[in-house]
Amino acid sequence: MNANDHDHIKKLLRQSLPPVNSDEGPGRDLWPDVLRRLDVGVVAPASPGWAWFDGALLAGIVVLVAIFPAAIPVFLYYL
Amino acid sequence: MRNGTSGVLNLFRQGDTEAFEALFRQHQRAVYGWILRIVRNPATAEELTVETFWRIYRSHARFDPGRGFEGWARRIATRAALDWLRAKKTESELSMESCAEVAAPVEADPAVSTEIRRKTALAFGRLPPKLRIAATLAVIEEQPQKDVAAALGITVTAVKVRVFRAMRLLRKDLEKQGIRP
Repeated sequence: MNANDHDHIKKLLRQSLPPVNSDEGPGRDLWPDVLRRLDVGVVAPASPGWAWFDGALLAGIVVLVAIFPAAIPVFLYYL
Repeated sequence: MRNGTSGVLNLFRQGDTEAFEALFRQHQRAVYGWILRIVRNPATAEELTVETFWRIYRSHARFDPGRGFEGWARRIATRAALDWLRAKKTESELSMESCAEVAAPVEADPAVSTEIRRKTALAFGRLPPKLRIAATLAVIEEQPQKDVAAALGITVTAVKVRVFRAMRLLRKDLEKQGIRP
């Protein structure tokens, strides 16, 4: 393959795959993705002291005690 | 400014995430642009930019502040893009249609038919990734050979050899398809 052939195929390649316009940056902020990938910075939400089940149980007990005050000694016994 | 920059680089080397974010903000555009030149697809370029900065952070202890960040980042970006090219069979993704949205306008030679251009793009996608990446950067993107060499971690002579081999293989592939470039 001589220099002419080389230049010809380069020209054909540039016609087939034109250079990209790389002036524009990414379409969005990639920093959150980087943080996710690193698993730093984005601190996982601390495990709440009260899970929804705990809240529901407490609410149930309060309602039960309000309706049946006589149940209080039973609860105290089992605590 | 110089002290500020070297301060950030030194902090980054120690694993400081704020310094890393500062470097990310400063260099993400350039890294993204470099990767886009190689993979020719904005979504993939974004994905690989994230991958690159992840690799950069992971390697912070090996970073030499005296040698600058940009070249080092570009080399890691090139490696990430090369790994991606190796992992994917990207023939179809190198078609003219898929990169139309990022391709700079170019005056089409009327002597070269759309079919020949399509076959050339597909043949180029069949080249070994190491040759393809060198030819993409040096021939299509017309980047200085010393920059390509630095990004690939090889000599300028090795870049020339890879480009030559890429062009020769491309020519053979096209000839097999009855196209005489």
